[in-house]
Amino acid sequence: MSGAAAVFHGSADHAARFESKAATREPALVKWGILAVSLSFFAIFLLLPLITVFVEALRKGWDVYFAALIEPDAWAAIKLTLIAAAISVPLNLVFGVAAAWAITKFEFRGKHLLITLIDLPFSVSPVVSGLIYVLVFGAQGWFGPWLSEHDIKVVFAVPGIVLATVFVTFPFVARELIPLMEAQGRDEEEAAVVLGARGWQTFWYVTLPNVKWGLLYGVILCNARAMGEFGAVSVVSGHIRGQTNTMPLHVEILYNEYQFAAAFAVASLLALLALVTLVIKTWVEHQAGKASQQSEE
Amino acid sequence: MAATRSFRVLPGFGLSLGYTLTWLSVIVLIPLVAVFLKAGSLGLDHFIAAVSSPRVLASYRLTFGASLIAALINTVFGLMLAWALVRYSFPGKRLVDALVDLPFALPTAVAGIALTALYAKNGWVGKLLEPLGIQVAFTPLGVLIALIFIGLPFVVRTVQPILEDLDTEYEEAAVSLGANRWQAFLHVVFPTVLPALLTGFAMAFARAVGEYGSVIFIAGNIPLVSEITPLMIITKLEQYDYAGATAIAVVMLLISFVLLLVINGLQAWTAKRTGRER
Repeated sequence: MSGAAAVFHGSADHAARFESKAATREPALVKWGILAVSLSFFAIFLLLPLITVFVEALRKGWDVYFAALIEPDAWAAIKLTLIAAAISVPLNLVFGVAAAWAITKFEFRGKHLLITLIDLPFSVSPVVSGLIYVLVFGAQGWFGPWLSEHDIKVVFAVPGIVLATVFVTFPFVARELIPLMEAQGRDEEEAAVVLGARGWQTFWYVTLPNVKWGLLYGVILCNARAMGEFGAVSVVSGHIRGQTNTMPLHVEILYNEYQFAAAFAVASLLALLALVTLVIKTWVEHQAGKASQQSEE
Repeated sequence: MAATRSFRVLPGFGLSLGYTLTWLSVIVLIPLVAVFLKAGSLGLDHFIAAVSSPRVLASYRLTFGASLIAALINTVFGLMLAWALVRYSFPGKRLVDALVDLPFALPTAVAGIALTALYAKNGWVGKLLEPLGIQVAFTPLGVLIALIFIGLPFVVRTVQPILEDLDTEYEEAAVSLGANRWQAFLHVVFPTVLPALLTGFAMAFARAVGEYGSVIFIAGNIPLVSEITPLMIITKLEQYDYAGATAIAVVMLLISFVLLLVINGLQAWTAKRTGRER
């Protein structure tokens, strides 16, 4: 459910439409009141924490900042975060495309149930998401004895972190693609097939160009969550410094050791990632808005 | 089955559905079933003891109480923010619009330490509240602040598209029939927005109930006072009490499932009320 509200919509300014007519215009006092209250709320609850990250990160100067980032444990954490995202994002991308294809291009029973089940990881607490893999692959779990016999570590090792990351980012691509491909219908694909295109050609030349912005949107959000996941990864990681610490876990350790400047330095990298994500997301919405306007003309 | 298959022009049904179901089972369904099987092996007495110890009961009160208040606050201010973003032009609007999604993009641990720094006694906001005798960091109030942060975009982003789609004609009709601005809002706009607003509320609440990363830093995690339920699972795991952790996880999962059903129902209602798909 997290991210659920980030449903893809093109950007357009509606204010002029409402402000130009007396019937849909509030008295100036009401308007400024609403603006003042809502923007103050925005500033206090969203803007201020964001600014705090960067101010705290640079509180002790650039030297301390960079020292915190080039330290070997920080590097290991950055590397592990990148690995986890590099594995889980493509896996969920392939899954999302396959699921959206099956759900939107064909009729079958239990479709709504399937969509609900795909959304399920969003509504599960991150901590529970981690716990389920401990119960399956942990020392006392289903496969625990078998895994330890064969000397394979899943929980408290990299595979567990990847699994937990795949779980929490599971619905991202699928849930952006399904409504989009549903709206596109199947006429274009059917025409392509009737004209002799093979399945992959149909997907590549007909479906993909129609959904590329939604796909990119899903991938970006998926990646942001994959790199930033804390609760689920925290349960399966075991917190071994330099080995099973992702960036968010490294931030936690530094913070708990009262190395605040270092913690915020690593946190600032993650905050930058969030800002880049939002910039690309806004850009994609803009592009998609333009594309849909063109197709309407 | 064979009869319907012949009507399918497009290829790849078997492959895509098979892959979807396999991957869904391996990653999501089978591990989730593991939780229920493990809890089932616990025995009813053990299960009830684990999920109703005083510390766990206190954590339910905090988690659900704070989540409810945070979702209510977000519903009020989220509606105002969505209204401002749709109806008014103001400088920096695009920036505000983009940054509303910050809680989706910012890792929860980062949000957690930033909020703690902000609301600690020597923090920017904490310093202002200290003379008033209000302590936020390391109290239940801190939990509330974190849950407000995490839930705000849900309300804004569910209400915003509905407000954008609203035709001006209805309000114009209301005014020409003699309604004042407030009446037009209350009787024309609000009923249209209500299902989306409730959906946003339910989503913010559901997210808040499960939230962990942004809360644990600012909460202080004092037993019986400021421990949230997800933290109780972590605490049990750290004591190698897997059965106890699983029992609490089952309670949380059941609540998540109920909330998921409620949200699906609300979304269907929104679609019906506004003629919008999803």
